[in-house]
Amino acid sequence: MASSSDTAGQQHPLGIYYQIWILLFVVSAASYAVDYFDVQGAMRWTLVIVFMLVKAGFIIAIFMHAFWERLALVLTILGPPGVLLILIAFMAVEGDYTTEARFDYMGHDRDAVALTPAEVHGAGGEHGEEEAH
Amino acid sequence: MSEAAATSMAPSDGVTGLVDDWTADKQTYHVPWGKAMMWIFLVSDTFIFTCFLTGYLNVRMTTTQPWPPQSEIFALSFGGAPIPLILIAIMTFVLITSSGTMALAVNYGYRRDKFRTIMFICATAFFGATFVGMQVYEWSKLILEEGVRPWGNPFGAPQFGSVFFMVTGFHGLHVSAGVIYLLWVARRIWAGHYDKKGFEIVEIAGLYWHFVDLVWVFIFAFFYLL
Repeated sequence: MASSSDTAGQQHPLGIYYQIWILLFVVSAASYAVDYFDVQGAMRWTLVIVFMLVKAGFIIAIFMHAFWERLALVLTILGPPGVLLILIAFMAVEGDYTTEARFDYMGHDRDAVALTPAEVHGAGGEHGEEEAH
Repeated sequence: MSEAAATSMAPSDGVTGLVDDWTADKQTYHVPWGKAMMWIFLVSDTFIFTCFLTGYLNVRMTTTQPWPPQSEIFALSFGGAPIPLILIAIMTFVLITSSGTMALAVNYGYRRDKFRTIMFICATAFFGATFVGMQVYEWSKLILEEGVRPWGNPFGAPQFGSVFFMVTGFHGLHVSAGVIYLLWVARRIWAGHYDKKGFEIVEIAGLYWHFVDLVWVFIFAFFYLL
C-alpha cells in the first residue's frame, strides 16, 4: 500500500469511491432527517455530531486518500489541526463563564425566545388589525 | 540502519516508516511536491475555518439574546407548506455529488483516460457553480426578504448575521475559486500539459475540492443543524 503512493500515485478500484459516495448521501440524508423530524436536545447533538464525524472521516480517509498515505504525511495533516481542539475547549469554557456572568450580573433575560419568520412577517398585519379594532 | 532504509525500494510502514521518513537525508514526504504543498495549504486553511467556527461558538454561547431558528429561516416552500432547511439540504447533496465526480476524475486521470478526466472535472465545476448559484439565491433571499444584516436581524441575536455572512461567504469564495481552478486544470489537460508529466495535478486539485466539501460538512452541522 505504501509503495503505491511513491510513484504510481493514488490509484484504487472505482468501487470504493462509489461505496463512499453512496454512504455520504445516506449519512447526509440522515442528518437532514434529524432536522426534518425535529429531533431536539441531547439526541440532536449526538446524531448531528456523529454523522458529521462519519462524513468528515470518510472524505479525508478515502476521497483525500489519507488512509493510504504514509504516516509521516498523515500526522502532518492531522496533528496540527488536533491542537485546535484545545482552542475550542478553552473558548467553550470562556464562553460559558461570560454568558453566566451576563445573566447573573447584567440582568440579561435567561428566558428570551427567538422570533420565527412567520411571526416576523405576520407581525405587521396582525398588529395593524388589532389597532383597527 | 538509515542507509538501509534510504536505499531500500520498499520503505517500511507505520511508526518505523515515520521514523525512517523523518530521519532520511533526502526528503520526508514521498509524494510529488505539489501535493505536499497543497496539503500544507489545506492545513493552514483548516486553521482559518476553525478560527471562524470557534469565533461562532464563542459568540453563540455568550450572546444572551436567543439564536434565530435556522430551520425555519432557511425553509423554502414549493407551492405548499415550507419545508425546513430544504435549500441547504439540496446544496449539501450538490456538493457531495461534486465530490464524487471529482474522485472519479482523479481515478480516470491516473488511468490516463483524458476524455473522462476532463468530463468529470467539468461536471465537478458545474456542480460547484450550481452550489454558488444557490448560495447567491440564499443570500439575496436572506438580505432582501428576511432583512438579515451583519449587524442585526428581526429574529434574535444580531451575531447570527455576521457569522452567517462571514462563514458561508468565505466558504462560497473557496467554492468559486475551486471552480476557476478546476476549469483551468481541465483546459491544461486538454492542451496536453500533463501528458509527459503525469496526472498528479488532478489529485492535487481534487484534494482542494474535497477539502471545500469537508468544510461544508462542518458548516452544515454547526451552523445550520445545531
